[in-house]
Amino acid sequence: MIFSLLVYGAPHSHQAAESAYRFAVSALNQGHGIHRIFFYGDGVHNGSALASPPQDECDLPARWQALAEQHELDLVVCIAAAVRRGVLDANEALRYEKPAHNLRAGFELSGLGQLAEAAIQSDRLITFGA
Amino acid sequence: MSKSKSFLIISRRPPYGSSHARDALDTALTTAVFEQPVAILFQGDGVYQLLSGQEPGGVRQKNLSATLSALPMYDIDRLYVCARAMAQRGLDQNDLVLPVEVLDDAGIAGLIRNHDVVMNF
Repeated sequence: MIFSLLVYGAPHSHQAAESAYRFAVSALNQGHGIHRIFFYGDGVHNGSALASPPQDECDLPARWQALAEQHELDLVVCIAAAVRRGVLDANEALRYEKPAHNLRAGFELSGLGQLAEAAIQSDRLITFGA
Repeated sequence: MSKSKSFLIISRRPPYGSSHARDALDTALTTAVFEQPVAILFQGDGVYQLLSGQEPGGVRQKNLSATLSALPMYDIDRLYVCARAMAQRGLDQNDLVLPVEVLDDAGIAGLIRNHDVVMNF
């Protein structure tokens, strides 16, 4: 089965993001495909390169990146939700004249159309944290 | 896009206080731009989104009613509200900014069953 995931919760604030990650790992281990993982609302913080949790806590953004590299996952962060919350890539930092950018490698900023497309192309869209 | 699916957006949060209501509407509008049939169900405190006379300027929020009024222009004209949520909050259709269809619990179950993609906000 082809899944897409919608992640609406930030790491550390809600269990939702961790649950989404565990779902993704389980689905892949069972031979299912993941078309896209879309980060919306506070879920955009999953794509931060600057999150720095204590060493004995899970670094979810880093684990998303590693999972994406391992399975060639499409990790898309909603651009409108992200720039509002200060998650920017180099292009957006330039556009808004900000001094830095912090979107983690393995993630990309794109529009809500990517969520609609994911829902259309996948057998199931599963939401975490809305 | 070759495939077409019917979308049901379920909006359960009040219009202000969190980004859920606006995100639900933005998702509905974007999906409609992709030429997919979209319906919206307002449930729980989500029915407050439809109240007329909203003045959110006092809490520095944009008025959601303007976006709601644009829904028919995007061919989103299937709007549903939960009868129980309306009754619990003492609301009737005259309090709302748009014409909606009121559904009881069985009607809501049927609505969910009849859509390919159901998204909750």
